[in-house]
Amino acid sequence: MPHDHAEHLSPSGHPYRPDDDGPLSYWQVMEIAVRELLVEKGHVTPEEIAAQIEAMDARSPAQGAALVARAWCDPAFRDRLMADASAASREMGFDIGALHLVAVANDAVTHNVVTCTLCSCYPRNLLGLPPDWYKSRAYRSRVVREPRAVLAEFGLDLPPSVRVRVHDSTADMRYVVIPDRPAGTDGMSEEALAALVTRDSMIGTGLPRTPA
Amino acid sequence: MPNRVEPGARVRVRDWSPPGHVRAPAYLRGRTGIVERALGAFPNPERLAYGLPAEERGLWRVRFTMAELWGAAAETPEDTLDAEIYEHWLETGEPHAA
Repeated sequence: MPHDHAEHLSPSGHPYRPDDDGPLSYWQVMEIAVRELLVEKGHVTPEEIAAQIEAMDARSPAQGAALVARAWCDPAFRDRLMADASAASREMGFDIGALHLVAVANDAVTHNVVTCTLCSCYPRNLLGLPPDWYKSRAYRSRVVREPRAVLAEFGLDLPPSVRVRVHDSTADMRYVVIPDRPAGTDGMSEEALAALVTRDSMIGTGLPRTPA
Repeated sequence: MPNRVEPGARVRVRDWSPPGHVRAPAYLRGRTGIVERALGAFPNPERLAYGLPAEERGLWRVRFTMAELWGAAAETPEDTLDAEIYEHWLETGEPHAA
């Protein structure tokens, strides 16, 4: 064993995370109270709440990736997507609820990146739950002020010839970045192309994968 | 704010700090940008947040340059930031009559 057997260390040699035994916050108490009242008054059942949590957790960026791949393959669809991304998503059969979606496209001289400085707005219906860093104060406050430095930390070094456009979802819209189609993907199927589209490439903090 | 503002119009975000659930971030207040597109009208979230009757208000996407937002401290002055701003937060020429 590379590590000692001290009691405060896990078998892999890392310290145990202390139990979260602190008191509930005001908002945690409020959430529990509202939830219990809704159940008590018969508006929802605990099973429905659990099912909804499971449905949200199960969402993934797959629908967003399918949307991007379709836009890469079908110029007419791409035009419709850029004009009204909500309608284009529904056209693909995606249940995006009341989401008002705006698509912003990268090209040789434009790179788009999305944030929400006021909270953590994110197109969950299309991309699944946001990554933790998207909700962090560091990302939200820095990406509007020094986007190139933030993107470099994600491994994305943009030349000065590329204009960076930051999008702050301050109100009712949600944003999806349509990355540029990678080189060397001619003749690939829409399905194979979708597999190249990463979550981060649709937030703007990354680029699509290149074919192996 | 006039009822109709066309894309391309210069607008300024009102420089005020009302209390409550406001949807115009502080770093944009007092800054001037160009209307990128009109988004339509939505129930005013600043009233919706309190369960109050919410009238519909026009919403615009406004594009600011980093130079306008951060001055000499801008990382790359020509890069831009777009945000959605409600009509009651925008002024065109004359100062807003409060």
